[in-house]
Amino acid sequence: MSAPAGIGEPEPPPDDHTLLGLREMELNFGPQHPSTHGVLRIILKVDGERIVSARPEIGYLHRGTEKLFETETYPMVIPHTDRLDYVAAATNNHAYCLTVEKMLGLEVPKKAQYIRVLLDEMQRISSHLLWLATAGIDLGAMTPFFYTFREREVILDLFEEYCGARLTLHCMRIGGLLEDLTPGWIQKVRDFTVPFEARIDEYEDLLTENRIWKLRTIGVGVLNAARCVEMGVTGPPLRAAGLAWDVRRAIPYEVYPELDFEIPVGKNADTYDRYLVRMAELRQSRRIVLQCCDWLEKNPEGPIRGKTPRVIKPPVGEAYAAVEAPKGELGFYLVSNGTNKPYRLHVRPPSFINLQALPEMAKGHLVSDLVAVIGTIDIVLGEVDR
Amino acid sequence: MEISPSLLNNVLIPIVKALVIVNVMAVMSGVLTIIERRSLAFLQVRKGPNRVGWEGSLQWVADTVKLLFKEDVVPEKAEHLIHYLAPVLVVVPALTVFAVIPWGPEMTFRVPGIGKITTGAYATDLNVGLLFILAVTSIGIYGIILAGWASNSKYALLGGLRSAAQLISYEVPMGFAVVSVILMSRSLSLVEIIEAQRRMHLWFVFPGLLAFFLYFLSGVAETNRVPFDLPEAESELVAGFHTEYSGIKWSFFFLGEYANMVTVSAIATTLFFGGWLRPFPNVAALSFLDLIPGIVWFLAKIFVFMLVYIWFRGTFPRYRFDQLMDLGWKTLIPLALVNLVVIAIAALGGTRGLQILAWILCGGFALAVVVVTRTRSRKAARAARPVTPVEVRA
Repeated sequence: MSAPAGIGEPEPPPDDHTLLGLREMELNFGPQHPSTHGVLRIILKVDGERIVSARPEIGYLHRGTEKLFETETYPMVIPHTDRLDYVAAATNNHAYCLTVEKMLGLEVPKKAQYIRVLLDEMQRISSHLLWLATAGIDLGAMTPFFYTFREREVILDLFEEYCGARLTLHCMRIGGLLEDLTPGWIQKVRDFTVPFEARIDEYEDLLTENRIWKLRTIGVGVLNAARCVEMGVTGPPLRAAGLAWDVRRAIPYEVYPELDFEIPVGKNADTYDRYLVRMAELRQSRRIVLQCCDWLEKNPEGPIRGKTPRVIKPPVGEAYAAVEAPKGELGFYLVSNGTNKPYRLHVRPPSFINLQALPEMAKGHLVSDLVAVIGTIDIVLGEVDR
Repeated sequence: MEISPSLLNNVLIPIVKALVIVNVMAVMSGVLTIIERRSLAFLQVRKGPNRVGWEGSLQWVADTVKLLFKEDVVPEKAEHLIHYLAPVLVVVPALTVFAVIPWGPEMTFRVPGIGKITTGAYATDLNVGLLFILAVTSIGIYGIILAGWASNSKYALLGGLRSAAQLISYEVPMGFAVVSVILMSRSLSLVEIIEAQRRMHLWFVFPGLLAFFLYFLSGVAETNRVPFDLPEAESELVAGFHTEYSGIKWSFFFLGEYANMVTVSAIATTLFFGGWLRPFPNVAALSFLDLIPGIVWFLAKIFVFMLVYIWFRGTFPRYRFDQLMDLGWKTLIPLALVNLVVIAIAALGGTRGLQILAWILCGGFALAVVVVTRTRSRKAARAARPVTPVEVRA
């Protein structure tokens, strides 16, 4: 045991790696800051503007959700999942329902599966649009924000028409769905989705070949595939590093094997590639949405909920199921003791796990790059803190 | 009562002109905010302020009144005197510069009780007007640096430091661009520069195409506007140097910024676009254009530049600190030096030499635009995107 540093002991010598022997400045970045995307706090050590170390401090939005899960019956958990990644509620609902269905061995009707996938992909589009808006504005590109919000608004309206909520959807139930599609909804989705391709081109015209955008993103926040795997980073950051890992293909669920889509990958693992990957994913999600629309138009009839028991009591045991959320692999790990409430329900939140990479990605860059890095990870603090 | 001519010319007229210019400029900065907000809204598929007054035209009045009545919060550990002084240091030079800006040609009008007065539509015509402008605008940066330092906030400090570095880097190419105009006009007086453009039948933007681009870019950088708005970079430094300012003190920075934008636009107009001259001032066939007074031409040209500022803001992301310095030192300054040499050689040939240079430059520029738009279309850029989707089936 070493004695604690006390009064009267000499000051430690200043670090000599900075000019004039001056020490780094400590800079509190957040929790109230325009570009920390919520209540993330990062304690920065900066040498001039160069980041010597960045330490994320989380917990400002901790609500004890996982403990709360244990006090709720299985169906009652679903609305709580809405509030994890509150800009992508559909995928949260989906991951949780999948886990419970896996435990129960429930079969979900085909039509419900297609609607779920449709909702997921619309959610992915809306989440990526929000990401593009905020990541752009972090780097000073103001206009994409308004363009993407114009389209996101349409998606939220569509959600509202389907399930009554715009963000906290609560749209899926264990074994399927609660509500069938409203008449004409598919056509409205199609009306939005078909011209959406041109909208993506519009965003890309503003940014993709923009010199300043490229200067700000290329080579910034590099995280190679090996480090991604070591840290468990998933989603666009992993794919931008060149690894085509996508839960929709790797551990297929629902009707994804029947659908035709590609997994975009980057190769330089930097902020620019992550941007390109997400833009390509927008196009792929659009394709999936259109395929779902086709199928649902051809098969308008059919049940939307499987043979769900009145009281859901999964057998004693454990199960893990995951979906490809917009931000990465979102998994729920469920331990059941045979009662009508989960014994333990653990969330594998992609935001939280991807955020681990922040210190590594930010180190050695400038303060301006830190906002680019925070933006490119695409975190939602509701999911990080739970 | 008889007013002696010397009193009239040396005291009364300058005072009236100074009052008019300062007040008009302060109001114009306000009006510019509403123009900027509405234009930006137009670019961004939204409406912008449209409630106060006709189509929101009085929004800036409401904003100003609000700012006047807002509590002025000063951080406890701030350097109070300097914290107080900094906004003043920003606004005063920004408004002082307007003294030498030539808004219009000499005008004659009749004042009851005094008689005919002939005077230029400018406060004064300094024979070293350009030097005066460069000197005075540089003072404004002290306000920003001191604001950053006196706030005793780390974000403000970083903003102030960025500002200092930025100003030094961009003052140099700006100076070189201005010098090339002096070579062409052989005068430092702004009025004389406009007259030289009339004499030579040539707006200096044509022989000084590069100088103009350099000047305007540096001007955007010096006014801390997008894409060079690093000192206040909202997403990085919260608000940069004015993080710890509120109320009317904060709005002084705002006023200073807009006044500086007007200055940069006005000088660009004067140096490169013939100031108050109408297009083709020597073509008699277009003389009906003279019905529009010089001041209107001048303001119209300024307005175009302001729109370019706003357009920039709607289009570009922000440069990073080091990239900004790279651009300044490694690109703009060498270009400015080359430009200076070329113009110096052309100026040896007098008006003829400059006209030849103008033809060469503008022809080359037009050709370059055609070639670039032909070869690098958006479609081609889209096709050449680096990430290719890879099919992976599990």
